[in-house]
Amino acid sequence: MSLNDLFTEIILDHYQHPHNHGLIPNATYSSRGYNESCGDDIQVSVIVRDGVITDAKFSGAGCSISQASASIMTDLVKGKTIEEAKRLAARFYEMVKGTENDYGEEMGDAISMQGVSKFPVRVKCATLGWHTLEEAFAKGDNKE
Amino acid sequence: MIQRDTKKDFPIFGKWKSKGKPLIYLDSAATTQKPQEVIAALDEYYENYNANVHRGAYELSQIATDMYEEARAKVASFINSARPESIVFTRNATESLNLVAYAWGLNNLHEGDEVILSDMEHHSNLVPWHIISRHTGAVLKFIRMSSDYRLDLQSLKDNLGPKTKMVSVVHVSNVLGTINPVKEICRMAHEAGALAMVDGAQSAPHMPVDVRDIGCDFYALSGHKMCGPTGIGALYAKHELLEKMDPFLGGGEMINEVFPTTSNYARPPYKFEAGTPNIAGAVGLKAAISYLEKIGMQNVEDHEIELGDYAEKRLADVDGIRIFRPETTGTGVISFTVEGVHPHDISTILDAEGIAIRAGHHCAQPLMRKLQVQSTARASFYLYNDKSDVEALAAALEKGIAIFRPKKKAAPEQTVRDAR
Repeated sequence: MSLNDLFTEIILDHYQHPHNHGLIPNATYSSRGYNESCGDDIQVSVIVRDGVITDAKFSGAGCSISQASASIMTDLVKGKTIEEAKRLAARFYEMVKGTENDYGEEMGDAISMQGVSKFPVRVKCATLGWHTLEEAFAKGDNKE
Repeated sequence: MIQRDTKKDFPIFGKWKSKGKPLIYLDSAATTQKPQEVIAALDEYYENYNANVHRGAYELSQIATDMYEEARAKVASFINSARPESIVFTRNATESLNLVAYAWGLNNLHEGDEVILSDMEHHSNLVPWHIISRHTGAVLKFIRMSSDYRLDLQSLKDNLGPKTKMVSVVHVSNVLGTINPVKEICRMAHEAGALAMVDGAQSAPHMPVDVRDIGCDFYALSGHKMCGPTGIGALYAKHELLEKMDPFLGGGEMINEVFPTTSNYARPPYKFEAGTPNIAGAVGLKAAISYLEKIGMQNVEDHEIELGDYAEKRLADVDGIRIFRPETTGTGVISFTVEGVHPHDISTILDAEGIAIRAGHHCAQPLMRKLQVQSTARASFYLYNDKSDVEALAAALEKGIAIFRPKKKAAPEQTVRDAR
């Protein structure tokens, strides 16, 4: 395993130029995630209309893997239903834990995170954004 | 510098290979490696002398008891305690600090009393006081850190007053390596009529310590940070204070007489050692102290300061580095950040070369906020490190951060999270 398997160009690009960075003021769902051991700290907020995620943003600070993963995730889930987003999360966990599979096009840029599976201590960095998104859904609609 | 190749004394350096590379261990502020003599002492104890202490009226138990008490005497002489009975064995410095916070604090602190800590405390000298202040209504105050990463004694002076009952400070910061003027701090505390405690987790392993010269009432240390086994630590306390204090934990070993609804307690230090203690750990700690004394604590300190100074100079050239170390009174602890490369990523970069450092908040979140960083990378040196380890660190760092550099565009700035 080489460092280039982990710090891929796509990951570094998302880290250095994150997509969807910020907070959505009137988000339908939002949550905050924190990795106690390394201090990664992420806030995820999404807007859902008629069951479809129409906007997704993240903010916070952390390592390249946690930040890039959240950037990629917010790209990916836009236009998906909540159920589809949850399914993508499950696929993503499998992928970064090293489960062999064909992860194809639906994973988009997230495919660049396959190398994380060779760095077990970094898996929780990669999954932080996704777990926070699921946590936001689990907490329920902010307006309810 | 220590000239002898002390790595040979530590089996792990001959055994562990990370990705085929030898171990370059720069995380001794978290825990140190163990010399063969300590590992052998544990084996020898369990193979030949294992029995419970202070109760078996048989030869083996007497030997185990003697070994345990010899360890106590060894710790006492190591930090120049006048008497072994001033040493209470605990699990680690954290437990020692908790023991004082609970056993002294719960009975002696009242609504409005003040406890003074500092800006550079480890969570182990913060959280116990949070708990005790909630129980007693005592107020916590802080010695300010100035911009040169040292404690500002004027702010101690300003905080001290008739309500001050305790001043508890870290001797050497686990993040900055700053050696704090604890002798002066204890003197000022006593002048104000307060007690003084020193968290020695990062000083006992690294420099000669004389608790009577420091003048502290309490001093906490951890065995595993000074070549000893995990799970053994000690509290030094002035004996008259131990006599007046209530126990911390209750159970066997710490009693004199027990009745169905009441009990009275054994004399200190036994009053504070409930249950079967970590006998093997104490025996191992004694071996660790013997090892350190053979090298000489002044040599250990000089060696580490020289390595720290060397590392500071060598790392200063690294692109984007910021080093958090006082200009003087630093030790072998170097905390740093690199612009655009998160400390956790630095740790992974170095791990790829077999170099172990720590990245994170180092159990000092309030200090991180003062430094206005979320976390730092920290290399910490010990007697078994040498300049080649520093060179390896610098080379791996330069090579690794180059991965983050080609695009030469700004990465999101690391900021303090204050909303937690």
